[in-house]
Amino acid sequence: MNFYIVSLIKIALVFAIFMTTLAYLQWVERKVLAHIQSRTGPLRVGPHGLMQPLADVFKLLTKEDLLPPYVSRFFYLLAPFIAVSLALIAISIIPFGPEIDVFGYRTYMQISDVNVGILFILAIAAVSVYGVALAGWSSNNKYSLLGGLRSSAQMISYELPFTLVIVSPLLLANHLSLRSIVDSQAGYYLGFIPRWSIFQIPFPQIFAFIIFMIAGFAETNRVPFDLPEAENELVAGFHTEYSSMKFACFFMAEYANMVTITCIATTLFLGGWHPLFPAPYSNWIAPLVFFVAAILCFIAGVQNVRKRDRYTFPVFGIAFLILAAIFAVPLFWQVTMPIFWFCAKVGFLLFTYIWVRGTLPRFRYDQLMKFAWTFLFPCALINLLLTALFVAVF
Amino acid sequence: MDTVLFIIFAVVAIVCAFNLVLQKHPISSALSLIGVMGSLAVLYLLLGAEFIAMAQMIVYGGAVMVLFVFVIMLLNAGSEKASSKSWFAQLAGLPLLCAFVAVLGFFVRAAMPVLRGVRFGTWVGGTAERIGQVLFTQYLLPFEVISILILIAILGAVVLARKEID
Amino acid sequence: MLPPVPLSWYLVLSVILFALGVAGFLYRKSVITVFMSIELMLNAVNLSFVSFSYELKRVDGHIYSFFVMVVAAAEAAVGLAIILTVFKNRGTLQIDEVDSMKL
Repeated sequence: MNFYIVSLIKIALVFAIFMTTLAYLQWVERKVLAHIQSRTGPLRVGPHGLMQPLADVFKLLTKEDLLPPYVSRFFYLLAPFIAVSLALIAISIIPFGPEIDVFGYRTYMQISDVNVGILFILAIAAVSVYGVALAGWSSNNKYSLLGGLRSSAQMISYELPFTLVIVSPLLLANHLSLRSIVDSQAGYYLGFIPRWSIFQIPFPQIFAFIIFMIAGFAETNRVPFDLPEAENELVAGFHTEYSSMKFACFFMAEYANMVTITCIATTLFLGGWHPLFPAPYSNWIAPLVFFVAAILCFIAGVQNVRKRDRYTFPVFGIAFLILAAIFAVPLFWQVTMPIFWFCAKVGFLLFTYIWVRGTLPRFRYDQLMKFAWTFLFPCALINLLLTALFVAVF
Repeated sequence: MDTVLFIIFAVVAIVCAFNLVLQKHPISSALSLIGVMGSLAVLYLLLGAEFIAMAQMIVYGGAVMVLFVFVIMLLNAGSEKASSKSWFAQLAGLPLLCAFVAVLGFFVRAAMPVLRGVRFGTWVGGTAERIGQVLFTQYLLPFEVISILILIAILGAVVLARKEID
Repeated sequence: MLPPVPLSWYLVLSVILFALGVAGFLYRKSVITVFMSIELMLNAVNLSFVSFSYELKRVDGHIYSFFVMVVAAAEAAVGLAIILTVFKNRGTLQIDEVDSMKL
């Protein structure tokens, strides 16, 4: 009985945090893109536009729910549902931390550990094409159909390098369960080089990591591979005909996929929750980071440009100070440290996604295919062969 | 728990299979087939075949059926036209089908030995580790042969589907 | 607490799915749907392989169904290429309209 209650609590926690992350990821993306392009981004709703996600949700909810007369109704309604539910399922097997002790009850910071975890992820990734393909087909619209076709072809093509590079860290870890994969990356070489997959002897997976990230961009339909929704050629691609909540579903699915891909990259290549350097020192990084953030906030509050920053920045500073205090209590370290390191890695990778979106132009469709088949696929294959060779010899 | 799961997913599989046969539009049939494959994957899990369940979703659900859906979308295949049936099929079809099912049912009942119940978790032999071991020792030759077969199939598909050069 | 499902139910399910596959194969007129019915039959056989594997507590059934999957994937690649070619040459997907070999 205990097991079910604890599982329910874990699911509720993860779901709440995940949804908030999705909402605010969009805010972060708009802010970062704006600053890359020397703009300020959302600023009106709440301090620094922090209430913007809430406003967006209200806007999407209250919009007219349009059902065009020419669509094939069943599939048209099914497609966003498939997209969003598959995107949200994958988070359930991501390990966020080691086994912890909550009031005497030992549990893992993971909803459930599947023996064939990584295969489960691949299965979800393989099936999630249908959301986009069906949306494109059922809209009965040339642009949508082209978007759907492009996306299925693109996802099939990029699934090959994606799967092949996932195999090589598995050769080092010798496990399919995500928890065991992370466990196999614990420890340090020479006392300071972490044994993450990208550093691991005998064959560091740094190339695999890069290929994984590139294929991940294509799998999640992000710039520079967002051909299915290229707005200058296809209006909005597969979701041209969608409005209000159904559009929000696709939008949410895209961000959820992004978060999942970065979580998997962290788990497979960046050592999951294991810190960058050994424990007694690394534990002080988190409070230090938040403390510096607090100081910066206070400084910004004193030299304010706008009137209301005089109040907002100190409030944020105090919030950061409280966070620093929480992260500095050794009693909470068993929970806070894994979370901090995991979130730091995922956050960095998500920032990379946004950064790339602000930097690179879109590929042409034939370039995209050529890149997948003539460059990425052979690279992944060679990487796999070398890894297998090194693992077999040493 | 596993009884409930079995009943739910068996019913889903049968309904989806009926839908496959009865739907007029190929894409509805394709979706129904994906439904069958998904529910079969769950049944595989109940039978302790976790690797096969995931392979089912990756290979069938992810690769084969995506190809089907892709081709249906590419050819813009419409609903199929109803063709005229022969008078014999119209007249004798249903009685013959019933007779066939009755005979089949009789033999199934007579020949089926009393089999043990399936309890989830009593046998967990279908792990990736175990399958890999057997596949690369006992079944090594079939494995190699099948990889050659799939290579030939890829070449054949490329040759068949390329543009005519003339 | 419900009694466990006997293994024969799995086999009966497999029979039903196979029969439906045969029915679809005979009844449908679109090449793609006929092809999908074949996939359904293969799936039904896979289910019986896996159930027998459970009964015998051996992993061989899994290996066979794995091979069936691989062959099905190869078959789908070639078959769909053939369907594409047929469509290019004839402009139809109806099985009874592709009859130039008929006397």
